[in-house]
Amino acid sequence: MKALKAMFIAALVGASAAMTAYAEKLTIATVNNSDMIIMQELSSEFTKKTGHELNWVTLEENVLRQRVTTDIATGGGQFDIITIGAYEAPMWGKDGKLVPLSDMPASYDMDDVFPTVRDLLSHNGVIYALPFYAESSFTFYRKDLFANAGLTMPAEPNYRQFRAYAEALHDPENGVYGVCLRGKAGWGENMAYVTTMVNAFGGRWFDMNWRPQLDSPEWKEALTYYVDILNNFGPPGASSNGHNENRALFASGKCGMWVDATSAAGYIYNPSDSKVHDKTDFTRAPSARTDRGTGWAWAWALSIPKSSKKTDAAKQFLAWSTSKEYVDLVGERKGWTVAPPGTRKSTYNDNYYKAAPFARTVLNSIMAMDPTKSTLLPVPYTGVQFAAIPEFQSIGTQVGQFVAAAVAGQMSVDEALEKSQSATDRIMRQAGYY
Amino acid sequence: MKSNRVLLSILGWVIGFIIFFPILWMVMASLKTEIDAVATPPSFFFTPTLENYFVVQNRSNYLNYAWNSIVISVFATLLAILIAVPASYSFAFRPTKRTKFKLVWILSTKMMPPVGVLIPMYLFYKNMGLLDTHLGLILIYTLMNLPIVIWVLYTYFKDIPQEILEAAQMECDGLLKIFLYILLPLSKSAIFSTSLLSIVLIWNESFWSLNLTAFEAAPLTAFISSYSSPEGLFWAKLSAASTLAILPIMFLGWVTQKQMVKGLTLGAVK
Amino acid sequence: MKLRVLSDYPAIVVLLIWMLGPLIATIYYSLIRYNLLNPRIKGFAGIENYEFLLTDFVFTDSIYNSIQLLGSIIGITVVLGLLISYLLDQDLYGGRLLQLVIISPFFVMPTVSALIWKNLLMHPVNGYFTYLLGLFGLPPIDWFADIPLGSIIIIVSWNWLPFAVLVFITAQQSMSLEIKEASKMDGAGHLAFFFQIYLPHLGKAIGAVVMIQMIFHLNIFAEIFTTTTGGPGTQTTNLAFLVYRKALLDFDIGGASAGGIISIVFANIVAIFLLRMIAKNMNSD
Repeated sequence: MKALKAMFIAALVGASAAMTAYAEKLTIATVNNSDMIIMQELSSEFTKKTGHELNWVTLEENVLRQRVTTDIATGGGQFDIITIGAYEAPMWGKDGKLVPLSDMPASYDMDDVFPTVRDLLSHNGVIYALPFYAESSFTFYRKDLFANAGLTMPAEPNYRQFRAYAEALHDPENGVYGVCLRGKAGWGENMAYVTTMVNAFGGRWFDMNWRPQLDSPEWKEALTYYVDILNNFGPPGASSNGHNENRALFASGKCGMWVDATSAAGYIYNPSDSKVHDKTDFTRAPSARTDRGTGWAWAWALSIPKSSKKTDAAKQFLAWSTSKEYVDLVGERKGWTVAPPGTRKSTYNDNYYKAAPFARTVLNSIMAMDPTKSTLLPVPYTGVQFAAIPEFQSIGTQVGQFVAAAVAGQMSVDEALEKSQSATDRIMRQAGYY
Repeated sequence: MKSNRVLLSILGWVIGFIIFFPILWMVMASLKTEIDAVATPPSFFFTPTLENYFVVQNRSNYLNYAWNSIVISVFATLLAILIAVPASYSFAFRPTKRTKFKLVWILSTKMMPPVGVLIPMYLFYKNMGLLDTHLGLILIYTLMNLPIVIWVLYTYFKDIPQEILEAAQMECDGLLKIFLYILLPLSKSAIFSTSLLSIVLIWNESFWSLNLTAFEAAPLTAFISSYSSPEGLFWAKLSAASTLAILPIMFLGWVTQKQMVKGLTLGAVK
Repeated sequence: MKLRVLSDYPAIVVLLIWMLGPLIATIYYSLIRYNLLNPRIKGFAGIENYEFLLTDFVFTDSIYNSIQLLGSIIGITVVLGLLISYLLDQDLYGGRLLQLVIISPFFVMPTVSALIWKNLLMHPVNGYFTYLLGLFGLPPIDWFADIPLGSIIIIVSWNWLPFAVLVFITAQQSMSLEIKEASKMDGAGHLAFFFQIYLPHLGKAIGAVVMIQMIFHLNIFAEIFTTTTGGPGTQTTNLAFLVYRKALLDFDIGGASAGGIISIVFANIVAIFLLRMIAKNMNSD
């Protein structure tokens, strides 16, 4: 009897020790967008289920990138889970800085995740980050303004038509600008959009020998078009408007058209966030010589640095926060329009289509993403709105500055291209590409 | 002459209003709804709401961040003052030929942009286990502020006229006694205002505080970063977060204002 | 004798260690090829990093911008600071409260103040300045596109004006009441008093304000990062921001370290220059 009791107590103590030993505190670094804020709110469900707690480090995107990259590059070990994008994941995975995630349990249903999205985050077939939302880019437009002007938006507009529409809709006296486009400098801000425009005009960042192509006629044509349309039919201060600012402008009814991230559709469609929720329709991003690379390919994903000591618990969180059940949870608790878009086939069910009529257009864009076929001419890099090389952050930032200066009228398109070409050339040279 | 005073006061308050306006506007924005905050034309009249403060408090643990800010700035300042006061005293009252050189050299140690040494420091801190610790930030801020504190104290000490020193030397002997019983009381306000300056500088320092901390030791600058430019409308929330972030330091400034400006009571020393 | 040695030693020793460590590390890194993200880059570089930086056309722009920023901000804060602290010294109604009000911008975090100025005040669509201009029938100014450096100067000056005011107020307290009474009885008007008695008395304080601001403003970073990220073009890229780009965008540690060393050299040149200008005031006591 005594022995049995002793064993029982020992077992109890052992079990509780085991349980508390497993309750980890995970430090997660994320970007401060609405999807992550929702995840933070709902993460109490995760803690209930597994006992693991989360320490949230939420930072603004540029700061987050810098912070996370510093930690990854130095093996600092400050974070157990990091939020990275389609730019970092394959590169860091290749360098062995991230924990490979190909051993997710069957219940996770990796096949449910879109192959195009999976590929964005993998290297050599191994996935290094699990996506919590994916996006492409498309055109938002005001169907009421189009109707008033007697115009119809085609399913596959080209940039010639696009300019004509912008001109027709531009009505600053009544507070409507023909088109709102990203102008704020940044490799993920204006350059994301401008790169897709360059792709559409048949241009590319580098030729097969890695020589920068910013002095090519296609770049000049694209940039001239961009500066022209923004200066004539865009809002004032366009060169400081990034995604956020344009979203606010469109949502308050000030833009006739807007080409930007599909992930913003939910907010434009939400009556409490937007004045134009019932006046907006969507179509593909415009093309010109080609429709390749006109819709960008991006996903925000969660990943685990190799320097983390809590990889098992971290994997559990990754699985939970990017699962079908999580999408359902958001849909039920917060509404289907804010369910994380673009990652799983199962998200696109009837409930979703009913609450979010834009979903089908978004879905088509996501399925069409192909970072390996984003340009008319052959290229040595992958990536639709960026080139997946480590130097691109710096190149994109510097070129973005010159492009924004051109929009602001501080320098001519030729000068901007010349300086951009020169700056890019220097960086590529120093990095040893040629 | 009364009218002179009235005129000058009006002038003073107009200037004060202009200078204070951005802060006033920010506090007002924090009490507006998001849509009101970006409405054109912007207005002084609106129905106020406290919802932003609630959202901010729910989403991030403000008190944790505030506590970190307080601990780090106070301790780093204490440490800096401890090391600086004897040095400034010696520079001011016992100057030698090398003093000026030493002073300039001290200042020059602060001339490297922090961003230039980020990676070496990060590696160093990582190896010493100082990442994301209060001690780590306290050390770096003490060292960063030491030059400023020494310089400002030196300036104030130099203002103490020689007569007092000489009178004191005749009364008591021993440098230490002079230091403790005469100079320290006289320089109280200088030390107070220098401390306040140091606390404010550390409170507002964003580079090291963002890069060397993650969660445990993250101060209010990290708190603000999570509200700056996320997606969607956020001005009201950012304003609320900012108001919360500067509240403690404004309070400190108000409370210590008297001490700061009381000044050396030269008139009373006869 | 002994006490003196004891009292300034700790500070000197501490600073020596603190400064030498990172300095040596930085010099070392500046002489090698080292990129955190690109393990292919390695080896001894000699003066390559320096050459590369000095031949970059952005570099000359950044030096020019750094000087412009420094000069303008110091000029504005010292001049306005002197005027305001003189005004506050007069016995005003609600003087103490007014003092607090004027000092308050110093407590606002640079990031926050940049965001507020950029988005609530200077924004060409939603900003308050746009509204004010509109009242006079004037078109909105796109501050950060048209006068980017000027906008940064305004923001930083607003943040630091209180510092100058604070130092000057504290320094002027030591002006003995007798001097003030005497000059008033002599019939000295404000102007004469200001230039002949007030200014010279505050000489050292002015010197301190200039020197301290010099340290901070040569390395202005947060405001630029938050508002313009160095642009448009290179118009708001100062030396510190250039180093940031090298360090945290390129992750080119070699280049960033070279930039750091160049910054120190540059800062020392500026310091010597400023010291000469202020040396007169310091010695005249």
